[in-house]
Amino acid sequence: METKLKDILREKKPAILKRWFDVVMETYPAEAAGFYKGAKNRFTGPVGYTIHEGIDGLIDGLINEVPFEELSPLLDSIIKIRAVQKFSPSQAVAFIFHLKKIASEEVENVSSAHSAIDAATLSTFESKIDDLALTAFDLYMQAREKINELKVEEAKNMVYRLIQRQNQLYEMQGQGPKIETLNLK
Amino acid sequence: MAKLPKPEQLSKVEYKLPGKRWMNTPVEFKEGMYCNGTRPDYLETVDFPNPRKWAPSDEDWKLPENWKEIVLNGMKERLEKYRSFRLFMDICVRCGACADKCQFYLGTGDPKNMPVLRAELMRSVYRRYFTASGKMLGKLAGGRELTLDVLKEWWYYFYQCSECRRCSVFCPYGIDQAEITMIGREILNLLGLNTDWIAGPVANCYMKGNHLGLEPHTIKSNFEFMVDDIEEITGIKVEPSFNRKGAEILFVAPSGDMFGDPGTFTCMGYMMLFHELGLDYTWSTFASEGGNFGSFTSMEMGKRLNYKIYAEAKRLGVKWIIGGECGHMWRVVNQYMDTWNGPADFLEVPVSPITGTRFENAKSTKMVHIAEFTADLIKHGKLKLDPSRNDHLKVTFHDSCNTSRGMGILDEPRYIIKNVCNHFYEMPEDTIREKTFCCGSGSGLNAAENMELRMRGGFPRANAVKYVQQTHGVNMLANICAIDRAALPTLMNYWVPGVDVAGLHELVGNALVMKGEKERTQDLRLEDLPEKEGAENV
Ligand code: SF4
Ligand code: SF4
Repeated sequence: METKLKDILREKKPAILKRWFDVVMETYPAEAAGFYKGAKNRFTGPVGYTIHEGIDGLIDGLINEVPFEELSPLLDSIIKIRAVQKFSPSQAVAFIFHLKKIASEEVENVSSAHSAIDAATLSTFESKIDDLALTAFDLYMQAREKINELKVEEAKNMVYRLIQRQNQLYEMQGQGPKIETLNLK
Repeated sequence: MAKLPKPEQLSKVEYKLPGKRWMNTPVEFKEGMYCNGTRPDYLETVDFPNPRKWAPSDEDWKLPENWKEIVLNGMKERLEKYRSFRLFMDICVRCGACADKCQFYLGTGDPKNMPVLRAELMRSVYRRYFTASGKMLGKLAGGRELTLDVLKEWWYYFYQCSECRRCSVFCPYGIDQAEITMIGREILNLLGLNTDWIAGPVANCYMKGNHLGLEPHTIKSNFEFMVDDIEEITGIKVEPSFNRKGAEILFVAPSGDMFGDPGTFTCMGYMMLFHELGLDYTWSTFASEGGNFGSFTSMEMGKRLNYKIYAEAKRLGVKWIIGGECGHMWRVVNQYMDTWNGPADFLEVPVSPITGTRFENAKSTKMVHIAEFTADLIKHGKLKLDPSRNDHLKVTFHDSCNTSRGMGILDEPRYIIKNVCNHFYEMPEDTIREKTFCCGSGSGLNAAENMELRMRGGFPRANAVKYVQQTHGVNMLANICAIDRAALPTLMNYWVPGVDVAGLHELVGNALVMKGEKERTQDLRLEDLPEKEGAENV
């Protein structure tokens, strides 16, 4: 990414962060949003904290061109929250696209001294955001799958020894294990 | 191709602010946030009213004609019977100190999950029907009519409270929403409004003594697996006895420890410890459940299920009782057992046969918590321990709500962990001891169909675990509760992969040096112990 664009984005980061956080919060019912926004203590307001820290880190990561694998855990921590919040998949990840609009507006707002930032430069940055959104979709699907897996796993674990016993009986009868034992180790 | 909505449109979730005040906003049953309604046969088993097929999302809950009268009479009766209930209905000054202390509110942001508002759901009805001003002024005095919508709202939100009491710690008046929830659920049960996940174990416990309804021979044959595993690990064959008359001690544990993973490793720990001490103890295949889902239903049902513990103690002629690692079992034992089914005069004040310690705190119930029992052994130097066998574990401790806030067991488990593990790290102060966050699955909320609720309610707990994972590399979450051992693995797996869950006595079992044992190469999970460096601190 061009140094000039990086500089502007760095300068504008507080504004971008604030606006983006607000957009994410707008996806919540007003009362919940009010609470999450106000409560950002790491331990006593973990939802607001996690989302805020997450998007903060994502913005830095995008500006500094941090490898995607490093950004993924940050994104995952936000997406996991949204995956258990009754959003549809698109609703859960749509907030990512807003960053494009917010970032380009903030860049445009910077005085004409920076007018040399051309559309092509900006669009490289924007396509990174698109990649981020695609990753978010994957993470969302993974989280949902995980929830379903966990339901099954938990049910089996609760009666682990009973399944073990049952399988031993089957095996003694030469039938091989019938129930796959999963456990969390 | 159909036109796709713009991101801005997609991300705006359809939500209308409650135009009217919260009181008039009818509850919306959101999938994943509530449990299934109970099957009729579970209710029939325990003679509970209004058994029928129903689903909480149904418009028609198939209630008796006079349901309203039943509810109001139920409230009246309880207001007269429990002074605390009337006090909690009257006294709240709405200071809001409790508002953001509930993990379900922290996790869902739903204002009706604020303890103060959860209580208000019932308090508003109390005002309308049981106070002079409310009777006259109705809404003006904060009163509200009892309607079907209100009833549904009670059901939805009283089953989104895990009766954890965290809010009560912060309330200047000590108002305990857990008790209001308990009474709320009790009243709902007058109309057959229980959940399947609670009513099933209640029925099974009532008939067979444990949640799964297992019979004595099944219980015993399950122990064989554990006994074999212990022998494989230590070379020692432990010999637990069942229903043995004349034993000195009856041991009662949650049944999850007998059948579930990772509970069975805790159970192996109990057996190894007792074997090593040569303790004269017996299991009962009838009092085969320390847990008491009856207490999530009604006081009366809690009492009926709790009864078997003393009954078995009497039948077997034991002198006293040790209780295993269970959360709500201990809330019941500590707070209710004595008045419900005591006094147990036929038993003796517990005295540890190994140390001679007289457990004055259990003078009345005659039942000692295993963490107290074991901590006392360690304090007196009666156990040979090799904590390095737990060196592959970086341990943190989750205080379960019932044992911490319900009875003040805070230091014993920590003392034990520090003696059996070399790596122990506390989670941040606001999230442990009396202020511990609930696992999100207590009080019978640990079903599958409400997984989203559990994950959201458990998030504050998981988030604190994540912190010690990041800062200290914690990989084991220890606890002394069977619901924790069932629910926390799921919670960890979702939010903090890489952190496993263990009962306290699993860690004790790993570290316990037993007379005549072979060199240990495996832990209780039959996993290879990592090469030990300089293992001379045995
Ligand atoms: S802290 Fe106590 S008095 Fe204050 S709002 Fe909550 S319940 Fe009411
Ligand atoms: S008892 Fe626990 S779950 Fe219930 S309202 Fe209070 S803090 Fe929330």
